[in-house]
Amino acid sequence: MNAPVLTREQREAKLEGMGCKRKRVEDIRFTQGKGNYVDDLKLPGMLFGDFVRSPYAHARVKKIDGSKAEKVPGVLAVITAETLKTVNLAWMPTLAGDVQMVLADGKVLFQNQEVAFVVAVDRYAAADGVEAVEVEYEDLPALIDPFKALAPDAPLLREDLKDKMTGAHGPRKHHNHIFEWSMGDKDLTDAAFAKAEVTTKDIISYHRTHPTPLETCQCVASFDKIKGELTVWGTFQAPHVIRTVASLLSKIPEHKIHVIAPDIGGGFGNKVGAYPGYICAIVASIVTGKPVKWVEDRIENLTATSFARDYHMTTEIAATRDGKVTGLRVHVLADHGGFDACADPSKWPAGFFNIVTGSYDFPVAHLVVDGIYTNKAPGGVAYRCSFRVTEAAYCIERAMDIMAQKLGMDPAEFRLKNFIKREQFPYHSALGWEYDSGDYHTAMNKAMEAINYKGLRAEQAAKREAFKRGETREIMGIGVTFFTEIVGAGPSRNCDILGVAMFDSCEIRVHPTGAAIARMGTKSQGQGHETTYAQIIATEIGIAADNIMVEEGNTDTAPYGLGTYGSRSTPVAGAAIAMAARKIKAKAQMIAAYMLEVHEDDLEWDIDGFRVKGLPEKSKSMTEIAWAAYNKPPPGLEPGLEAVSYYDPPNMTYPFGAYFCAMDIDVDTGVYKVRRFYALDDCGTRINPMIIEGQVHGGLTEAFAIAMGQEIRYDEMGNVLTGSFMDFFVPTAVETPNWETDFTVTPSPHHPIGAKGVGESPNVGGVPCFSNAVNDAFSFLGTKHIQMPHDYWRNWVVAEGLGLHK
Amino acid sequence: MIPGPFSYHRPKSISEATGLLADLGEQSRVLAGGQSLIPMMKLRLAAPEHLIDIGAIAELKGVQRKGSTLVIGATTTQHELQQSKVATDAAPILLEASLLIADPQVRYVGTLGGNVANGDPGNDMPAVMMCLDATYRLTGSGGSRSVKARDFYQGTYVTALKPGEIVTAIEMPVPPAGHGWAYEKLKRKIGDYATAAAGAVLTVSRGKVATCTIALSNLSDTAVLATDAAKAVIGTALEKPAVEAAMKAARAVMSPASDTRGTSDYRIHVGGIMVERALKKAFSRAKG
Repeated sequence: MNAPVLTREQREAKLEGMGCKRKRVEDIRFTQGKGNYVDDLKLPGMLFGDFVRSPYAHARVKKIDGSKAEKVPGVLAVITAETLKTVNLAWMPTLAGDVQMVLADGKVLFQNQEVAFVVAVDRYAAADGVEAVEVEYEDLPALIDPFKALAPDAPLLREDLKDKMTGAHGPRKHHNHIFEWSMGDKDLTDAAFAKAEVTTKDIISYHRTHPTPLETCQCVASFDKIKGELTVWGTFQAPHVIRTVASLLSKIPEHKIHVIAPDIGGGFGNKVGAYPGYICAIVASIVTGKPVKWVEDRIENLTATSFARDYHMTTEIAATRDGKVTGLRVHVLADHGGFDACADPSKWPAGFFNIVTGSYDFPVAHLVVDGIYTNKAPGGVAYRCSFRVTEAAYCIERAMDIMAQKLGMDPAEFRLKNFIKREQFPYHSALGWEYDSGDYHTAMNKAMEAINYKGLRAEQAAKREAFKRGETREIMGIGVTFFTEIVGAGPSRNCDILGVAMFDSCEIRVHPTGAAIARMGTKSQGQGHETTYAQIIATEIGIAADNIMVEEGNTDTAPYGLGTYGSRSTPVAGAAIAMAARKIKAKAQMIAAYMLEVHEDDLEWDIDGFRVKGLPEKSKSMTEIAWAAYNKPPPGLEPGLEAVSYYDPPNMTYPFGAYFCAMDIDVDTGVYKVRRFYALDDCGTRINPMIIEGQVHGGLTEAFAIAMGQEIRYDEMGNVLTGSFMDFFVPTAVETPNWETDFTVTPSPHHPIGAKGVGESPNVGGVPCFSNAVNDAFSFLGTKHIQMPHDYWRNWVVAEGLGLHK
Repeated sequence: MIPGPFSYHRPKSISEATGLLADLGEQSRVLAGGQSLIPMMKLRLAAPEHLIDIGAIAELKGVQRKGSTLVIGATTTQHELQQSKVATDAAPILLEASLLIADPQVRYVGTLGGNVANGDPGNDMPAVMMCLDATYRLTGSGGSRSVKARDFYQGTYVTALKPGEIVTAIEMPVPPAGHGWAYEKLKRKIGDYATAAAGAVLTVSRGKVATCTIALSNLSDTAVLATDAAKAVIGTALEKPAVEAAMKAARAVMSPASDTRGTSDYRIHVGGIMVERALKKAFSRAKG
């Protein structure tokens, strides 16, 4: 029986390549509860570790007595800093060039800091042991307000750095100062402000929050004393980096360390760094010779591992009276907590915050960032954004609204007037970036039409009049945002983590039957790599996506890569895939030419194989070529069909988007209702529109949470007030607004497939859009800038301050 | 988030349960749906040595109407209460308030008895029971007694329940046909306790409020009956001055703590608005 002859369209559809709304293959296991997460791992003889944590934000640790705990049935050991000192691991290096206590060494610097690690036969015994450890503290004054950190009489937090007035990023000017980082031209910027017709200056704060993945941070460490090998299963967004760091710290040779990241239940930046739990589990396994599991609970996750944001940005814009921006000046007070454990590329202590000029053609700009210590948890991770990019986007998008208001201009019109124009790309920004491509006017105009911007403004004007007449207690706000992201870290000339260049990698093996496996240096935490990576390969070399397995997370089998965060997977690893696939395609072409007895140049690619130019009936499919590659290769050519590519990107990519929000706020209760939210994203070439839409929905939901109430809040003693889901706002489906999504396509000119990355755009653009909507709602009553988060209570406080409750 | 060690008991009858309570004494706690107690144990804020799970006692379950009295077994879950036409026809405020408690998962296991007996001012049912003038049946090894909801609450987690006693049933007079009701709750999200909440049950005669009760949740250290607020609207058709007087009187008995939901003054302000909304909704639903 002859196989049916497929049309070209059918052959193309069968591949499920780029542009196809292919269903997520990983969901087959996730929706059936068949995922394999760290906490699913059970090894014979496995022990459990649990932390004693500090109730104080700042205290001297006078004494730790584990003797009672060691008597608790099932408890095997109580590990303290003294224990760790014997293996030189009481402190660990951070990704930001600082050092961090693994366990409290003499003092504690934030509430819930790790003080001792109890190892026991099960979780219950470990928790009982934790309860029985006696710690004597001497309370010290806590420094919580970042604006007080650099006061001459501010408490000294880091005694270990007391005499070290030079840090990883240059001189320190105060005992609580970490670094000063500046970009741009100060003199030119000062000059622009000196002659400016209109200026604004505001402190725009982006409060502290937390990425909060569904699965907390956890690991199982297993040291084999006979082989001298260490295996660590963990929630790692960057498994290879963990392997290298573990080797450097433990002195175990890197080939004897096996790091495995199984399925991960969300990361959002929380799982990039190395935490005391990992070190303690590894040490405990080396000491006991048994596997040791450590699993954070929710409170620990929220209060101890990796906050995000906490940027306080004094922002000035200079402009002409007719609304042309002429200069930008930003000073950031960056609250890093007790240790500088930011997960940025090493040379970038404030990440890529210098994207703060945004989508606008600022002729000059100057930026200074001061990093400071406070008695709060360390972290400063990129929570669903590239490094400090959402802070930057929030800063400029709020500041643009403030200036528009001062000029009496419509905020959309003001943006349109100042956009970088299409013909200016590649565009060199005043703070040092080269934007690869963009078409901002087209995107903005499409968005404004789609949302009926004029109509919304007319409705708002009518509603404001009704409010003034006392006919309604609701005010309406329209949020306008146009963001430019910078993702895909990054080029080795300026991006590394502890010296490891931020390339990424892909290895593809095509099997004799024409199926294939691709192994990657990245690690999905839910992004859908198993689905989308296969689609890229499908389009590149004509193997159906269903016949391609994508594997990540095992450092023994995966090529070295820097992991998944900062929307880097598609820009960097996605490029590596295309390059590896093209190597395979080049070899396949040689083989096909031999099979068809023509010259290579006489062949052309046709969906899923090669055909002879002008003789389309003479062709060889990839399946046929794969078989021949192993079994009948051309004379002189090595058998096999596989390739590896390590991709060092020539530039970052710059996704952008136009977001609009319409919101109503009840001034009596502060209750808001998001009526519409429209998100237009341009992420270049779109690999899987369904997954893009899902990413946008998820990112917008997190943006909504952050802008409207999600925060890590401390009292003045340094107690965390929002340490559980009771108070830390994670919206459910009920609270979450309806999302309208849209797109334009402006491919990246330097990326092999033109893709830019999308996972983080909605968070970057969403937060300022919600905040601008709230600010816009109140602005006609005389407000200028209202700080986030905009929860019900704080909205009410604004209304109260405006005298609306009299 | 791991509780300390405890023993677990699952009696089959009320007498067995009260016997266990008497024998095991202060170190024992009654477990109903566990939606408050288990989290407290996981945080090690509660560390009972013995848990007496009353979930298997058949006589504690179910809803019955006995003449003009509604009797609800203590371990009736919120979900079962919502599904009971007998209960929700007689006192629809039970359904309205129950649907605002936590989320469906909690309501499948959380019980009415647990909600009223726990003494947490954040629970919603105590205020509803005050509005309906319910009575709690308390049973110990020495026998049973009844205490009115309005007399039951003494402070946060402090109630008239004596050591050794279990709330076995909630009884309430069925409100008159045509009565109006409402439970208004402002919360930050699904699953949250109230920032402020108010219940109102009233009757209307010739267009004017004839009887009225108002009670408040999470606006003081216990649920509070806002007696003066209710008085302020009796004999009125909820004209603006009457509503404002009720709001003012209700706010006078509110003393919420400042917390992450907002400062005390915010919670008092919106507490007044919840009273206003509950009154207006109840009035609009009343016939007469």
